[in-house]
Amino acid sequence: MSKTINIARYNPQTDSRPQLQAFQVESDNSTSVLDALLQVQQQDPSLGFRWSCRMAICGSCGVMVNGIPKLGCKTFLRDYPDELTVSALAHFNVEKDLIVDMQPFLTHLAAVKPYLINDDQSSQPHRQTPAQLAKYQQFANCINCGLCYSACPQFGLNPEFLGPAAITLAQRYNLDSRDAGKTARMPELNSKNGVWGCTFVGFCSEVCPKKVDPAAAVNQGKVASAGDFIISMFKP
Amino acid sequence: MQQLQQDIIVVGGGGAGLRAAIAAAETSPTLQVALLSKVYPMRSHTVAAEGGAAAVTLEQDSLAAHFQDTVSGSDWLAEQDVVEYFVKHAYQELVQLERWGCPWSRKADGSIQVRRFGGMKTERTWFAADKTGFHILHTLFQTSLKYPTITRFDEYFVIDLLVVEQQIAGVLAICFSTGELVQILGKAVILATGGAGRVFHYNTNGGIVTGDGMALAYRHGVALRDMEFVQYHPTGLPGSGILITEACRGEGGILLNKDGYRYLQDYGLGPETPAGQPKNKYMELGPRDKLSQAFWQQQQRGLTADYHGHAVVYLDLRHLGEAHLASRLPFICELAKSYVNIDPATAPIPIRPAVHYTMGGILTDINCQTSISGLFAVGECASVGLHGANRLGSNSLSELLVFGKVAGEQAAARVQKMSLAPVSAVAAQCQHQQTYISSLFADSCDDTVHAIRTELTLAMEQGCGIYRDNAGLQTCLSTLQALKIRYQQLKVTDNSKAYNSALLQHLELGFGLDVADTICRSALARTESRGAHQRLDEGMTQRNDSDFLKHSLAICQPDGTAAISWQSVTITSLPPAERHYGAKGSGSAGSSV
Repeated sequence: MSKTINIARYNPQTDSRPQLQAFQVESDNSTSVLDALLQVQQQDPSLGFRWSCRMAICGSCGVMVNGIPKLGCKTFLRDYPDELTVSALAHFNVEKDLIVDMQPFLTHLAAVKPYLINDDQSSQPHRQTPAQLAKYQQFANCINCGLCYSACPQFGLNPEFLGPAAITLAQRYNLDSRDAGKTARMPELNSKNGVWGCTFVGFCSEVCPKKVDPAAAVNQGKVASAGDFIISMFKP
Repeated sequence: MQQLQQDIIVVGGGGAGLRAAIAAAETSPTLQVALLSKVYPMRSHTVAAEGGAAAVTLEQDSLAAHFQDTVSGSDWLAEQDVVEYFVKHAYQELVQLERWGCPWSRKADGSIQVRRFGGMKTERTWFAADKTGFHILHTLFQTSLKYPTITRFDEYFVIDLLVVEQQIAGVLAICFSTGELVQILGKAVILATGGAGRVFHYNTNGGIVTGDGMALAYRHGVALRDMEFVQYHPTGLPGSGILITEACRGEGGILLNKDGYRYLQDYGLGPETPAGQPKNKYMELGPRDKLSQAFWQQQQRGLTADYHGHAVVYLDLRHLGEAHLASRLPFICELAKSYVNIDPATAPIPIRPAVHYTMGGILTDINCQTSISGLFAVGECASVGLHGANRLGSNSLSELLVFGKVAGEQAAARVQKMSLAPVSAVAAQCQHQQTYISSLFADSCDDTVHAIRTELTLAMEQGCGIYRDNAGLQTCLSTLQALKIRYQQLKVTDNSKAYNSALLQHLELGFGLDVADTICRSALARTESRGAHQRLDEGMTQRNDSDFLKHSLAICQPDGTAAISWQSVTITSLPPAERHYGAKGSGSAGSSV
């Protein structure tokens, strides 16, 4: 059957702001929003959007569908009425059509030192029990799609806020039994743009397509940060 | 045109490119390493690898066994010195990933867990649940952030290599966000651009896997080796081709035809093993070429089922139980539910073969060096000689690490003693490309990238599929020639500067057409059957070592088509033998000594 997809178009050379344009697409039970965008691109090759794996693992195709952040490849037209609206991810600068500037997101990721920090030089693998792995495994499943930033009202107000994915990534390493870098990461998490920027709306976890639960990571970060604060009070 | 200078330029931000960049940065903290990718590195297709990475790990395993499995898996077309180097260094590379934080799955005592994989005699595949490539890629990407000398150029699309008198001088790229051409001079260039699966219609690959790097090198006279060997993965989802990992079978999944019969026992892979008790190199743990061929045979006999117009067989995981599926194959459960609306704990998954991997690629030596001095290639875009006529699952993730490191170190060693080419030496080439890009734009055009690409991918599927014959290959070749003529007339009608995907797709299609031509012509020239290349023509259905125990080399002619020549295979310790799996394989030199 045919459905109407309204797409927020924006060409920086000619437009002052995005405007909706309607397209008709053919849809069956398996048609994803990404499939629909690819159909539209056949009608109009100038449509800009990012995609690659079409199996919800590369994290490229985040868009707003009827105002909710979604992965295009894992959102299906069958779940919408005859008409739906697709726009660029909220809270990022729109560069063209559905393409946003992801640079702030990447800067925040890099800021939390997202790598193992330790000074042991062994050439053998660490031992890490399944229980130790389970402590951080969920947080290691983030695909960097950025949906949680579009869901986060704080990031919308303050782009300097580290945001859900970066704080989750910091927690992923802080909780890793092989890591000794927590003290190096905490200043960033304790800063005014760190965990305390979060007002615990929890929408980030709702929109996460991989069930990473960034809100839980942020909350754990707050506990760790509060611990840091209490310890610092007792230090001379 | 913006002009930049770097020491080493890595093209491609997947597993191989990131590993090479890190190796180069570790070699010397004074080298400037540029990492260019047409996407953000964590979008690279390494992300979609699921099953795992192979290395000899258990006490009862040996380097000799991994070597034998790989060589017989390759149908004796692997470079044996390369395989020796690979099996010897794979373990340390997986440990290195562990030490960088990769969340490998573990045994109860905290040591590394390994799983079974097709064509491997012993369990030796390291895994991170069923998202191994994802975790490897993110671990490498995050680790790369530690090195201040690695400068990323995200969303830069390389359109040409700059070459001066057979020495690499840099690259010419389009900055996707601005549409501007950027000239980057460098003393070494490492191509790590991945495969070309998207020249086929049904494939497991992401949209970005378009063969760019292969075509870049090929157009400068570097040979593409063994291009006729294209791997069909036996278990892709019908229609989309989404990958359902071989680890499903490693964990004990079974394949059934429409009658519920385990048909693999009829194709030299039996006897049937009990469901849920997988046996290495038997039945579902045979190599990918044999399994995909068995599907085709079943289809010919009318024994496949229909799923919305696609011929399918079934991958049954029900006997593994919900808890085991949730811990070992969580991503597969998610994919099956999302894309075919099936819960693998309660129903079998409809699957069919889909193009997965290009065994061939840019010819390199064991040091990843190509025939252009200072130009290296690594990973799926390259043919270092590891996979021959058929790749074993879980060898390629290890390959990107082992040879990514080699490429990075070799490039670093080279640049210490080199200086940059003068800008004047590449000016004409850059000017030529700039003129060419400008000439592509027009207000209207009757033809489209989509139309040509669809015909290309369907022609490849039809002519260069699991089984090939002369008539089909000839038809495919004439289609390709007609499409190339249409491509020359094709124009880009979107003249916007920022994020012009129409322009990028246009250029990707040009790369794909060149790569497809090399696949088709190499397949025509190999008039025998070996590994993933199976001919139906009379007198060609068997392996023919006396005439074809050699690599094909596709070399670009002035008219843009490939001429095929041949290169001998390096054989060190395992002379060619018959390749056996299942009961026939037990004890024979060919498979399980």
